[in-house]
This record gives sequence, structure tokens and C-alpha cells, in this order.
Amino acid sequence: MIYQVVHSTRYDYLAEVAVSHHLAHLRPRSMPGQRTLDHALEIDPAPAVLKHWTDYHGNEATFFTLEENHASLVVVSRARVEVQPKPRSQAESSPPWEQVAALRFVPRLADDGEGMEFAFPSPLIGHHREFGRYARRSFPPGCPLLEGALDLMRRMAAEFEFDQAATSVATPVLEALRKRRGVCQDFAQVMIACLRSLGLPARYVSGYLETLPPPGQPKLQGADASHAWVSVFSPGQGWVDFDPTNNLLPGERHITIGWGRDFSDVSPIRGVLLGSGDHELEVSVDVVPEASTGSPA
Amino acid sequence: MSTIPTHSAAPGFQRLTAHYQPPDDSHDELLTPGREPRTHWRPLLDSLANLGPGEIRRREESAVRILREHGATYHVHGEDGDPVRPWELDLLPLLVPAAEWRVVEQGLAQRARLLNALLEDIYGPQRTLREGVLPPAMVHANPAFLRSCHGLRPSKGLHLVRYAVDLARSPDGQWWALSDRSQAPSGAGYSLENRVVASQLLPNEFYLSQVRQVAPFFDAERQALRRLAPRPEGEPHVVMLTPGPRSETYFEHAFLAGHQGFTLVEGEDLTVRDERVFLKTLEGLRPVDVIVRRVDEHYCDPLELDATSCLGVPGLVHAVRARTVAVANALGSGAVEGASLLAFFPSLCRFLLGEQLLLPSIATWWCGQAREMSYVLENLESLVIKPAFPGLKRQPVAGSRLSAADRDKLRARIQDNPSEFVGQEQVRLSTTPVWEQGVFAPRPLVLRAFVVLGDAGATVMPGGLTRVAPSRDDALVSSRTGGASKDTWVLADPEHPEPPASLPRARRRSARVPLQAGEVASRVADNLFWMGRYAERIEDGGRLLRCALQRLAGENFQTDNPELSGLTALLRHLGVLSERSGARVGAGELERELVHLVFRANTLGTIQELRYRLRQTAFVVRDRLSADTWRVLERLDTEAGIQPGRIPLESALALLNALIINLSALNGMEMENMVRGHGWLFLDLGRRLERAMNLITLMAAGLAVESSQRSILQPLLEIADSTISYRRLQYARAFLGPVLELLLLTARNPRSLIFQLNGIAEHVDRLPGVAPEEGASDSAEVVRAALAGLNEIAVDDLWKASRNPWRDRLIERLNEIGERLAGLSQHVTRQYFSHAETRVT
Repeated sequence: MIYQVVHSTRYDYLAEVAVSHHLAHLRPRSMPGQRTLDHALEIDPAPAVLKHWTDYHGNEATFFTLEENHASLVVVSRARVEVQPKPRSQAESSPPWEQVAALRFVPRLADDGEGMEFAFPSPLIGHHREFGRYARRSFPPGCPLLEGALDLMRRMAAEFEFDQAATSVATPVLEALRKRRGVCQDFAQVMIACLRSLGLPARYVSGYLETLPPPGQPKLQGADASHAWVSVFSPGQGWVDFDPTNNLLPGERHITIGWGRDFSDVSPIRGVLLGSGDHELEVSVDVVPEASTGSPA
Repeated sequence: MSTIPTHSAAPGFQRLTAHYQPPDDSHDELLTPGREPRTHWRPLLDSLANLGPGEIRRREESAVRILREHGATYHVHGEDGDPVRPWELDLLPLLVPAAEWRVVEQGLAQRARLLNALLEDIYGPQRTLREGVLPPAMVHANPAFLRSCHGLRPSKGLHLVRYAVDLARSPDGQWWALSDRSQAPSGAGYSLENRVVASQLLPNEFYLSQVRQVAPFFDAERQALRRLAPRPEGEPHVVMLTPGPRSETYFEHAFLAGHQGFTLVEGEDLTVRDERVFLKTLEGLRPVDVIVRRVDEHYCDPLELDATSCLGVPGLVHAVRARTVAVANALGSGAVEGASLLAFFPSLCRFLLGEQLLLPSIATWWCGQAREMSYVLENLESLVIKPAFPGLKRQPVAGSRLSAADRDKLRARIQDNPSEFVGQEQVRLSTTPVWEQGVFAPRPLVLRAFVVLGDAGATVMPGGLTRVAPSRDDALVSSRTGGASKDTWVLADPEHPEPPASLPRARRRSARVPLQAGEVASRVADNLFWMGRYAERIEDGGRLLRCALQRLAGENFQTDNPELSGLTALLRHLGVLSERSGARVGAGELERELVHLVFRANTLGTIQELRYRLRQTAFVVRDRLSADTWRVLERLDTEAGIQPGRIPLESALALLNALIINLSALNGMEMENMVRGHGWLFLDLGRRLERAMNLITLMAAGLAVESSQRSILQPLLEIADSTISYRRLQYARAFLGPVLELLLLTARNPRSLIFQLNGIAEHVDRLPGVAPEEGASDSAEVVRAALAGLNEIAVDDLWKASRNPWRDRLIERLNEIGERLAGLSQHVTRQYFSHAETRVT
């Protein structure tokens, strides 16, 4: 399936801004099962500096600076991405979770061992015993890693509520766990925190969802903005994605932009500006299969 | 308990050491196990014995005074009240013999090279992880491993420029590394300060002991930093980035920046444009080549590192990525200062350098390894449990001090997150004597040693910062918890002689700092401007209060003193006294209110409150102030810190007198010692503006009061410090006309309004032109208008000013000038001090 993605972000500043620096992760990465055919960034006003590089996790990062007075900033990211159906992983044949957890302390970095890096705390996802308590019910002794992760996702879907008013970008992940509610970022980070509290490797995936469901299927939560989910590293099998917000295993309808330890590694756009006052933010995302680009009904 | 020794028949040094009883189970720096002084201490001991206890005590007191005058402080956070603590120096140095140091020196240099190589590897190919020299979790679980800095190869491959190690000596006499400081090591500046003071107060002892110099170390560091500049051509522009005056070690930042000739800046002084870092100066943006970083790396860039930081420079990481600026120590270098790494030094040294490790580290077991963890769990009683990585907010705990139940809790915590803990052997620190009430007393010590790494290799400071525990049995040595510091005397090596030691010259910065006006950061100019304004505001307020208080004191006091009722009316008109007490105020109440205005600390506008503000602004710009200026400011603080005694009126007057004298001294320092660059310009502009505005307010109030209170004229002259000038005019008494003429229009009177306006006009013409087509001319316009307004006042009219309409007309005119000046202040603030900018993330 080939998708056309249009992700636009608009900041309106209450007072003029003299200089602003931004860091963006907006280009969907190419990887097995996904290929980015085209990508373009439109930035208004035109930045004085615009640089791309590949970050530590292999994502494409963009740095740009606006150096003239501006009262608003519009960033439009347009991409054409080809996504292939993902092969199903055999959850029951994944290794027992305790074996996986023990791998984080191996004495030598194995060729496929980089995944274990994601078993440790990160800037936004720290340790707390409550995560362990919540997670442990899904991981009885000897339970295969991916079965445990599936159960954890199902429980979260049943017990957590999608609620845009409950949290903000700055809400700590522990608070989201206690409230049992939040948006896709919270669902993803709570699930990651639970897995890591058992020593299991899990990373944060930033991406998009197809906006309109295929006929007869429900519209997914998070389809109107950028989305986030979780990927779990199963040694021998590789990375397996979980979408706790929608309680499903991502397939052809999820488009990956990039990944990191948590939101702070791959936030689509962050900025620091010199000026005064506040801003209003407007984000829209459209993900349309190329065959039906005509008109979203 | 030690007592003062009395048996004076013994040889000199024995008098000092007779009652010195170090513990038996540790190494003592002074005495051999046979309780004989070690030979390298002999010259010092003999000399000290000749000085005698009285002279030693006198020199100790001098040390306290000198440190105070230098403003040497260490800030402690998280405590109530004033967090600034004076730096404590025990005059008795730590002596290290040459042969011993030779060994330590090689070990330190090797350690610096080793950690630099390790940083090069973990921020690059990570061979140490792939080849099993370092377990991957040592990097991946380490919060100080900054992923955004991976692959940013620093200038010349130098991650570390300044590196420090805390050393301790075990009972067998061997030096061991306790911990490493790799990201922004502090203490080198304090050790230089200690050297300056100790060598000044023990000059003969310093000379006789043949002590190696530390100054070349700072020169080597300065050279190494300058050579980091990515642009090979031109004079490198090096700045030292400090978190600011609230930082624990701000004294050291200002001191070293001055000593090494680097501009001291805070994050908001720097800005990134076109992928380059610039310093915001009065004359615009100036490119920066090298940043000497004293800000923790997490806080250095809110865009790519900790987004909540207000101390950093947005875009800095990108500028480093673009290779337009060098940062030292490199961003990310803190990753190798964790305790867990100590366990891996020997194998890392073999792998990365192909050498045997020379300087051993204290025995450490990292719980991220199964065998090591079980060892720690089983031997908790004999170990100290510490966080494995920097940035984990946990205090070290000695297992032996925990109850059995608490030990079990700790075991569970370790098992939950094993990689976050290490166990370390308990150290038995060596002891060295300190002065305590005239005799030697043993204290455990830790020596912080410093290394500079440049492209020409490693340079070790022959010396370092010795810190001693606050008490004999304290195993914890830290500047945070208290305890004194010492100078460290590494004795000259007869096999490798160096030129004879000369005393380091204190404060020789002026010889080195290139005197460029453009170097004044906008924030610095802002603070100098306000320093000028506050100093003048205190002085003017002090004169006003003193004038009134003097008439309430002693034999001057008469209830029907007409000057007193005039002053009361004036003070009320100025809003200094409250209106509530009706037209006539009793002397007692007046006194209470005035004394209150002097002493109350937390009320806006009182002398104490203004003094605090002056201190704050001065502190921010202290690297711009000469040592003598700082000395005056210190004295201002000591002498103005008097609390009201039994007779508050007397102490208020004493305080005001001291205050006015010290402020005059400060003023004199500024006039005589400061280079007439832009910094001075803003300082003096602030002072003149403040004086002019206060004079206008005073004269307008005086005029309003004068019609009913003729006797106000003498006090007005006194407040405006022009009594003597008036007397020279030889009038029989104070007449309104000549008083007004002297205070407003006499250009030769340095206290007159016209004198201030002329000065302001001159300064404004010399202000740097940011936007000449509009900006600068605006300020000049305002001053010209104010001057024109003043010049329009006819001298003849002044003689009639006790009557209307002349009086009201004059008051109106003065107020117009006052408004113009207030406008000028705002204008200057807008144009030169870009403080209005705040950051939003």
C-alpha cells in the first residue's frame, strides 16, 4: 500500500519572535517493510538554516533556525510511503521473559544485541515500583516475552481510557498510569515503563495511522494527529510492534516516522524561541492511500 | 583532649607535635609509625616553631581577612538563609615529597589519556562494548551517556581538557583514586586561591620548602583551550560559560576567567545564528570559538538536551555538530565519571592504551554483573553503597551504619535495579595536621588533583586542592558538608629542577585581558548600570536619613529645632515618612520610623534592602571589578551588617556614616581604577542618572516645603553634600536663590544637576551605536532636551522661587527634566540590555 501523508503544524505566537531554533523528526524512515518514496518539508517563513542528519537511533533529524521576526510558523511535511504487510511473529515461540531480561547484563555487545539498550530508564521514563506491580500480572514465571506483552497490551486497552483532556505532553508517565487514562503518547510510554521495569527492552515509535478506515472497519484513535506506539525486542525474532491505544498489532495501516527511548528522542517538532509570551498550536495529519486520493468522504 | 603544650625545653617542632595523636590504623602525613616527623616536613616545622603560636594565630586571622576581601566563597544550596559560605583555608599545607609525586603524576596523566580514549570510543565506534571490555549496560544504562552527542567528534579529539581525580592514601602509604571528575571539574581555581594566600602568609616557609609552582599549569590550560578553536586563523575568542552567581563555585568561575583572560558569560549572553555561537555585546554579535563549560552538560542546550534548562544556549549542540565552536570539556564527557567505571579501569587501560594501569582505584563492585552483585549483597556490612552512574540522585550509604532491616531493604532495592548500584570498600583515609587552638590536630584528607589534556599531551598540576574532614573521625570529605581546605605543596624534584619558585602574583588579570570595549556583554552592562544606580540610591538615601537622625541625636536634639520640623515636612513630602501621624510627629515616633528605614531588611527601599540589591548586581559583574573594589564592597557588607544595639539611633548613625564613607571609596575606585570602556560608561551613567533624578525629587520637595519651613535650606545643602561649597560663597546664611543656583546650575559643583546632565550627555554620545540611524540619536535627543530645559531656567528667577508663580513654574520644569531622565533610563534599557527576551520551549 502506498500512502500520501500530509502533516501540518502551525504555531501562532502571541508576540513576535525574533529567533527560533527547531528540531524535527518528520521524515518517515525506510526500513524492512516500509519505504519512503518522496519526502518534502515546507517551512514558512523560510528558515535561515536547514540541516538534516541521521541521529543516534538512525532516524532522520532536521535542525532549522528562523532569524527574522515572525508571528507564526507553519511546517508542512509531505511524504509518499510504501508499506508492506508485516509478517506475524509467533508470540508463543518467543523466549521466556526472564531470559530476555537477563540479556541486558551480558558482558559483550552482540551483533543483534543493540535492542537491549532499550531495557533501561530514559529521560521521560524512569523506574517506579508501581510499573513493576502493574506489569508483573502479565508476566508469570516462564511466560514467553511476546505473550506477556500481548496480555499487557490487552489489559491496558481494557483498563485505560483514551482521554485528550487528562494529560498533556508534559504529563509524567507515572501520573498517566495512576489516572489510567491519556493519549497515545501516554499509552505507549506507560507500556514501555511497565516492560522496562521487568528489565525488558521496549522502544517508543512515532508515526501515523491511516486517517479513514477501510470500509467496514472502525476509525482508529490517534488518526487525526501523529500517533505513537511501542516496539518490543524479542531476541532471535527482532522488533515486534504493539499499539496499546488501539489494542492491536500494527500492520499495513501504521506508518513509522522513527523511534527512540521515549517521546523526547523523536518528538515531531520541538523548538526554543527567543521572544516573549505564549503560542497557539494547530496540528493536522492526513494519511490517504494513493488509490483513493480523490476525496475522503 | 589536647591542651596547650608547656614543656618548652623540647626542640622547636616538638612543641607543635607533642600532643599530635593521629589514629594508629591509618597513614599519617606528618609522622612516621614511630611518631617521628617525616623528613620532608622538617624545614616547615622548624620555621613554624620559630614563628610561635601567637604569630601563627595572627597569620591565620590574616588568611580569613584576605579570603574575605577576595570574595572567596562556596555556595551551599538547599539551606535556609544566606547560602554563601566563606571559603575556609587551613594555613598548614599538605606536603608531598618529589619522589612520591613523580609516581602519582604519571598515574594521573595516564588516567586522563585513558578516559579521553574511552570517551572517544563510546561516542564513536564502541569497540569496548563489542569486544567485551566494557559491558554494554555500562553505557546504555548510564544517564550521563548523551545520545545526541554520539558522533560529534570534538576539536582535536579532546573530550577532556581539564580533568580531576580525588585521591586518598591508604594505610600502606599508597595513593589511590577515589573518583574521577570529567565533565566540568571544579576546585582548580580554589587551589590557586589557596596558593596565593598560603604563599603570601608563609613566604619563608614556602621558599625554604622549595615548592613547585602551579601557575604553569594554568598557562598550559589556557593554551590548550585556545588551541581548540576550530578556525585556525585569528585570535581565538574564548568564553567561560557559568550557571551564574547562584552556582556553588561561582567564585572560582569569576576568578579563573579573570586569571586566564576569558570572558565570563551566562547562557543568555550567547546566541546561535547561522549555526555559529555568538556573544551578545553592546556593539552587536561577536563570534565565539571556544566555550569553557562550567555548566553541567544536560543543561547546555534546551533544544537537544534537557528541555527544561534555562542555563544553556539553544542550538549549541548543533553548532558543535557544525564544527563552528569547540566546547571544553566536550558535551557528553560526564559519562565516564561514574563510580561503576572504577571496576573496569585495569582492563580498559590495557585495551585502549596497551599499558598497565599505574594509579589504582578504590576497590569497586558494579552490581550490573551477577558475581559482583552477589558479592555486594553478601558483604553489605563492610561496603559503602553508591550510585553507579552520575546523575542518579542517591546518597552513598555505609552498610555498617544500617540496621539489619534497612540492609534488607537496600538489598531488595539493589536487586530491583542492579545496574544502578556499586559497592565500594570503606576507605581508611590518611590524616594530616590542621591548626586547632594553637596545636596540631589530625584530620582525614582527600586530595583533588588536576590534569590538563592538550594536543601536546597531559600536564599535571604539581599540587591540588586538599580538603579535610570537619572532625577527626569523619570519613566524608566534601566542600558541601564543610571542613577546611589546604594548599598542597609538592616539593621540588632535585632530579628535575625547575626555575626557582616565585610567588604567584595575586590578581594579575589586568595584564592579560585584552581591553576591548566591545567585549562587554549586554547583561554585564545592564548590571553595571544598575550597580551604579543602587550605589547612588543608597548614598543619597543614606545622606537624607543621616541628616534627620543627626538632629535627633545627642546634644543636637531640641524638640523645637526648626530644621527638624522642616526635615519632617520634607521627608513626608518625599513619601519617606508615612502621612498617618498627622502634621506633627513626636520625636520618638520619628526616630522609630527612620531607624526602621535603615535596618529593616525585607522592606522595599530600605538601606539594607538596597545594599542587598547592590551586592547582587555587583556579584554578577565581579570579574569586572578590581580586587580593591571588591574589598570595599566586602567592607560595605561587614560594616553595614551592624544590628541595632541598645541605642538604635546611635547604631543607625554609625552605620550610615560607615556606609557613606565606603560608598565614597567605591565611587573613588570606579573613577580611578576602571578602564574607561563601555563597562565604566554604563556604571557611571547609572550613577549620574540616579543622582540627577534624586536631586530633582529632593529639590522639588524642598521648594514645596520651603515656603512654610525656611529652615529647610541648610539640610538641603547637607543632603546634597554641598555645605562646604556653599560656605565658600560667603553668604551669611542659607538663602534660597544661591542654594538653588549652587545645586541646580553651577556647572563646577560636581553635586549639581547641571553637572550630572553634562556628564550624562557626554556618556550618551559615547554609547555604542547599535542602530545609528535611529537608536543612539534618540538617547542623545532626550538628554539634549533635558539640558535645554535646565538651561532655560534664569538665575534671576531662582531668587524669586519662594513665591508663586515662580516656585510652581520651577517645580514643573524640574519635574519635566525628571521625566525625561526616567525616559532615558528606559530607553537605554530597551536598546542595550536585551533582557526582555525570554525563552519558550
